[in-house]
Amino acid sequence: MKVLKVTPAELDAMMQQWSKAHRVYAPALVKQPAASPNCAPGWRRVDGSGALTLSTGPTPASVKTFFFPQPETLLTYTLENNHPDKGLMREPEKSKEMQVVVGVRPCDARSVLLNNLPYQEDPFFQANRRRTALVGFTCDQSLSTCFCTQMGGSPLGSEGLDLAFSRTQDGFIVEVGSAKGEALVTGLDLAPADESEITALAARRQKEVKASSTELDTLKGRELGKLYDAPLWQPLGESCINCGACTFICPTCYCFDIQDEVVRGQGRRIRYWDSCMFPLYSLHTSGHNPRGQKVQRTRNRFLHKLKYFPDRFGPFSCVGCGRCVQDCPVNIDIREVMNDLLAVE
Amino acid sequence: MISYMPYPVRIDDIVVETEDGNLKTFKLVFENETHAKAWNHVPGQFAMLSLAGQGEMPIGIASSPTEEGHLLFTVNRAGKVSTALHQMNIGDRMGVRGPLGNGFPVDTAMKGKNIVIIAGGFAVTTLRATLLSLLARRPDYGKITFIYGARTPGMLLYRDELKQWAQREDIDLHITIDREAPGWDGLVGFVPTIAGDVAPSPDNSVALICGPPIMIKFTMPPLEKIGWTDDQVYLSLENRMKCGEGVCCHCNVGPTLVCKDGPVFTRSQVKQLPIEY
Repeated sequence: MKVLKVTPAELDAMMQQWSKAHRVYAPALVKQPAASPNCAPGWRRVDGSGALTLSTGPTPASVKTFFFPQPETLLTYTLENNHPDKGLMREPEKSKEMQVVVGVRPCDARSVLLNNLPYQEDPFFQANRRRTALVGFTCDQSLSTCFCTQMGGSPLGSEGLDLAFSRTQDGFIVEVGSAKGEALVTGLDLAPADESEITALAARRQKEVKASSTELDTLKGRELGKLYDAPLWQPLGESCINCGACTFICPTCYCFDIQDEVVRGQGRRIRYWDSCMFPLYSLHTSGHNPRGQKVQRTRNRFLHKLKYFPDRFGPFSCVGCGRCVQDCPVNIDIREVMNDLLAVE
Repeated sequence: MISYMPYPVRIDDIVVETEDGNLKTFKLVFENETHAKAWNHVPGQFAMLSLAGQGEMPIGIASSPTEEGHLLFTVNRAGKVSTALHQMNIGDRMGVRGPLGNGFPVDTAMKGKNIVIIAGGFAVTTLRATLLSLLARRPDYGKITFIYGARTPGMLLYRDELKQWAQREDIDLHITIDREAPGWDGLVGFVPTIAGDVAPSPDNSVALICGPPIMIKFTMPPLEKIGWTDDQVYLSLENRMKCGEGVCCHCNVGPTLVCKDGPVFTRSQVKQLPIEY
């Protein structure tokens, strides 16, 4: 693997260079004007100027918006009367334009790999993956809400990143993690990193303590019925207000709704983020609702992440970014839920 | 890769099935010959009926794979898409996406067995498909018992076919209605009672039961009493669905996805699941 040395000024120049050929995005630390074309909420387009500033901890919005944008047009049709193709559904054109997302944290980079498991056969997600490069920055500092190490990640991880920047005394060393990353640095006059800096990073990674990830892994072997019937859900469901905020800011929540939208006779079928916190999510047409109670929906979210998803795909569907811990209006903390679940006999 | 594109079809015929007019059978013909050839389903599978401007709904396929050249769907008018479909006419264009789900094990667990089919209300649709498939390869199966109940004679689906099946000697047919009705000289009583009276032997047998949850609940005890086990009984679950391909998560019952792992499960499989269906 190629490892390069980059100064802050060179990083600036790189971003300007990329933005000539591709769409380049960086985290928006202030609110962006609404409804700019091809916008990505929580992210700003980089168009040649402005240095990259990153906040400590995860970016304000997760990267799922680039792989699973909302809305995503699944198909289009016309409903114009007397049109020979009235009601005929057509495949939309998929954008092939490269997008480079700069400022991604290791937790979010892992989330793309996890979401790829259910989306392995999804043509839209895969097309977006092909056209998106992730330029990430490992974390020197963590927030009190960060728990990536518990979920099998690392603040210094480069998994899932096309280019991984790690801070050194006078700049960065950059690990090139893929062919896409290689393409981004091709033609740029960058020096290879010093051997001492590479060893220093490896040493820092070595020191990273993998917290209680092995303990958490014992959840996977637990009997579903015991976890499902645990007494912890009742009080948790009572405090949860089912606002769904956790599911929208979550990088690994990936469920969607599909709806038809018609404007002046031109229609499209779109998919967009849904949330299992909402009663409509599981409501039958008959009026029957298998998860009609709040406690059932709260339980579904946590068990999906910590039991159903691992049962199906192996890993937990959580990267420990802590956004839900930060933003929950009633202070529900998934780390406490995990501890409570581990204590279930 | 999965596809969210439905096959374009035209409505070739519409039959009003029930006296309340709420159930209609739609005969759909593919617009494109290659799609018709590519379509290949197993009884018990479902498909998304797709209406431009309205959306999609998952409906069990009522036609048997042996009926070539068209598909049948019997649809209850209940929600947004089904109401719009009920207003459509012969010749109109719509879409079908599928087939989806697993279907009944007609080629595996059911082969060589006595088959007991128990249906209540309009859940009979995929069981009609199943029965026709079994009849097309009649020697592959043992005795076939078909128990079907509806509220009134006018709420029975596929009445012409029921008459034909009644003529056959290779089906043990029991059609029942909930209470006495003028002009009805057949069986009267709820499906669980009739199933108890018929008492099909569990030996070398498989049962397929589709109907309202309350019917399934009360049908099991009389069967268990004469020795039926949960592994011999197949049920079909339904849940709200969006993609039908195991991605969107809507239909999950615990770790199980009704659209992909089901909709057909053995009763022992269903018993392992949380009651979220």
